[in-house]
Amino acid sequence: MLLGAITTAIPWPVRAELAWNFPAPATPLALDTLQVHNKFMVITLAIFAVVFAIMIYSIFTHRKSRGVEPAKFTGPGTAAQVFWTTVPFVIFAGIDFILMGIPAFHSVQMMQDTRTDADMVIKITGSQWKWQYEYPDQGIKFVSTLATPQAQIANREKKDEHYLLEVDNPLVLPVGKKVRILLTSTDVIHTWWVPQFGVKRDAIPGFIRETWALIERPGIYRGQCAELCGRGHGFMPVVVQAVSEPDYRQWLAQKKAGQAAQAASAGHVWSRGDLMKHGEELYEKICAACHQASGQGVPGAFPALAGSKIVNGPMLDAKGLLVKDGHLDRVMNGKPATAMQAFKNTLSDVDIAGVVTFERNSFGNHMGDMVQPSQVKTLR
Amino acid sequence: MTTADVALEHGYSGHRGVTRWLFTTNHKDIGTMYLVFSLAMFFVGGAMIMLVRAELFQPGLQIMQPELFNQLIGVHALVMIFMALMPAATGFANWMIPLMIGAPDMALPRLNNWSFWLLPPAALLLLMPFALALFGIGSGAIGTGWTFYAPLSVQDGMGIDFAIFAIHLLGISSVMGSINIIVTIFNLRAPGMTFMKLPLFAWGWLITAFMLVAVIPVLAGAVTMLLADRHFGTHFFSAAGGGDPILFQHLFWFFGHPEVYIVLFPVWGVTPHILSAFARKPIYGYRAQVYAFWVIGVLSVVVWGHHIMTTGMPTGALLYFMYSTMAISLPLSVLFFCWIATIWRGAMTFEAPMLFALGMIVLFGIGGLTGLVLADAAADAQYHHSYFVVAHFHYTLFAGGIMGVMAGVYYWLPKMTGHMYSEKLAQWHFWLTAVAFNLTFMPQFFLGLAGMPRRIPDYALQFSEFNMISSIGAFVLGASQLLFLYVVVKCIRGGPPAPAKVWEGAQGLEWTLPSPPPYHTFQVQPRVE
Repeated sequence: MLLGAITTAIPWPVRAELAWNFPAPATPLALDTLQVHNKFMVITLAIFAVVFAIMIYSIFTHRKSRGVEPAKFTGPGTAAQVFWTTVPFVIFAGIDFILMGIPAFHSVQMMQDTRTDADMVIKITGSQWKWQYEYPDQGIKFVSTLATPQAQIANREKKDEHYLLEVDNPLVLPVGKKVRILLTSTDVIHTWWVPQFGVKRDAIPGFIRETWALIERPGIYRGQCAELCGRGHGFMPVVVQAVSEPDYRQWLAQKKAGQAAQAASAGHVWSRGDLMKHGEELYEKICAACHQASGQGVPGAFPALAGSKIVNGPMLDAKGLLVKDGHLDRVMNGKPATAMQAFKNTLSDVDIAGVVTFERNSFGNHMGDMVQPSQVKTLR
Repeated sequence: MTTADVALEHGYSGHRGVTRWLFTTNHKDIGTMYLVFSLAMFFVGGAMIMLVRAELFQPGLQIMQPELFNQLIGVHALVMIFMALMPAATGFANWMIPLMIGAPDMALPRLNNWSFWLLPPAALLLLMPFALALFGIGSGAIGTGWTFYAPLSVQDGMGIDFAIFAIHLLGISSVMGSINIIVTIFNLRAPGMTFMKLPLFAWGWLITAFMLVAVIPVLAGAVTMLLADRHFGTHFFSAAGGGDPILFQHLFWFFGHPEVYIVLFPVWGVTPHILSAFARKPIYGYRAQVYAFWVIGVLSVVVWGHHIMTTGMPTGALLYFMYSTMAISLPLSVLFFCWIATIWRGAMTFEAPMLFALGMIVLFGIGGLTGLVLADAAADAQYHHSYFVVAHFHYTLFAGGIMGVMAGVYYWLPKMTGHMYSEKLAQWHFWLTAVAFNLTFMPQFFLGLAGMPRRIPDYALQFSEFNMISSIGAFVLGASQLLFLYVVVKCIRGGPPAPAKVWEGAQGLEWTLPSPPPYHTFQVQPRVE
């Protein structure tokens, strides 16, 4: 109450609703979690109130200044006292294993049941610092990254309403369907978290983890990565757009058409200008987080691309195969045990060709050469 | 009850100046060095988190980049746990255990000197990468949070290597210190002091020492495996090479969860002494508290999995870790019951140690009860890695740990220095600390529930208000500790002389000695009847 009064009185830079509890649940799991949480909070507050009421009573009554003579007892003496010292213990055991233990048991069962009656499967791959969403049944996959401009983060521009909780390509899911979610990662451990779904599960490199969501009403649900995954940890939002079944079908059709067009364009011969343009867009979205917009990198952490031996070295040998640790090899296969990941599974042929061409001809690099998407395709 | 021959006084070892402190084997000198080191590191760790709270004052990146932010939060935690809280407890142990059990010194005095002198190099190793980065060497300190989970810690910069060696040194120091405490308590008790007459502070430390010996080697093993993964081509934590990234978390938390109690047991050992002294009433349920310590100690090493419930454990494992974690609330409720029964029908006065002890009980109660809620594996999915957890463990480790240490400092400072501290300033220190602490961490519970992840340098706009309140609270909390420093330094430099029995209701052998106690304490061992 007091906090509420203070926060309304002060002219904050940005006004938003103060939240005192979980956000409105959108799935059965989130609803269950909220109910369990509320119940536990009431129980613990009651314990707190009772215990500290006793303590505060004692503090006010049993003071030396009131001239009380201190008692001498050091433990329960009579049978009645033994009884009254065991009572709190028994109450606590009952609260732990019955009052809280039984609902908690059912919540856990529910949370873990990822497969029963699942309508569809989504595969989510975390990497520094983006999420890749894949619809295995539909043959669609795309990468989702932070859409907030750097200028807002650096306080040069006014921050939008969904500052840091907005992405370029949200995950689109139908409402009313039980979605089984498979999680993995390409580099370090990330955690996929959407508070309104009651879902938080780690994405672990080399392992598959599962969770599930059954979204009950359309809307846009926002969350963030919850496991410290390096410098971009705070900039790895999760946005899920829940739509009706027909809208979902329509979105699928559009996405498939777009993806087919892009695959077809990989076969074309691209001009360097077009590749550069495409590459620049991707560079800003994906590479600039580490190598910086200037291509200078971060000394000691992320190597510079400007003047780099790798970028300014050969990519392909005489037979047209990848030069090991050459520029194209690095982009496609990454460098193990570093933040430089293999992009061949997350980027399309056009994307890789664009980024490589862009990097070789920017930041003061003047290689003058280019890679065609068709070459990337054959090198996979 | 006790007889202590304190008339004879031994001279110093012959060393003067710096060498006195470098070569000292005297338990009081070493205890003092531990406490001074701890206080210094408390301010180092505090200064770091002031920078972090300044960055989090408003959304957007204002004063630092995310790399530095990650380094500051990780090093803050490592410094506070390993270099502020643990050395403070060890400092008390060195000073007080020999006095309380009627021993002339610690059993292994040269080992004792070593245990302390490993700490400053460890601190240097941990903090040096910050300075090296200024000269363009490396990318700064460990930037993975204090848990340094693999595989992030496999790919991070050389700050990790420095931290690994720092942890090795800290671990060796802790294990040696623990062995010393175990041997001292087992062998040097005054005649007549059976284990069931041992002061609770000594009991708390004895169990802490056993736990340290049990779990520190596991941490040492884990960081050594990490070092091998980083530099020697092994794949303990890499699935690509047949390893398991989650193995690191199991090993880490097998150490990390008991560590919570390692930090808290010495404090819970001091608490009943203080409550009893200022309620002028004997400790209630001595045996029950000793057994509760043992039960918590044993349970603490079998519940580590509740820290990693979102990694995708089997349902059976989730249920096991959930129920075993909830079970810890039972022995804890015994401790709380005994603390409250100790003050019940006493004749209380409220000097600074008592205020801090009572404040510790109330605020640690919030930490404990939120811990009970966190145990639920399904609800934990919502709390885990959010600010709810940050608030929870600061209520246990700051309120339960640091405020308990402060209670101990005020309780024993007159005994150690021979001077009374300024009661008025100490009371100010308590109230400022208690209010600012709640202002800092209470909003973080709500931030966590609303969905703010921990360890992010920048946040969505809906979290602005609570972060601002929390930062203001943190600045006041930080500034109030300067008052603590002032009170302590003032007390060391002088003040009204303290009598042997500083507090009217205090019980125990240490109060039979003059304040400060002579350099060599018991020339003739006292007898306990």
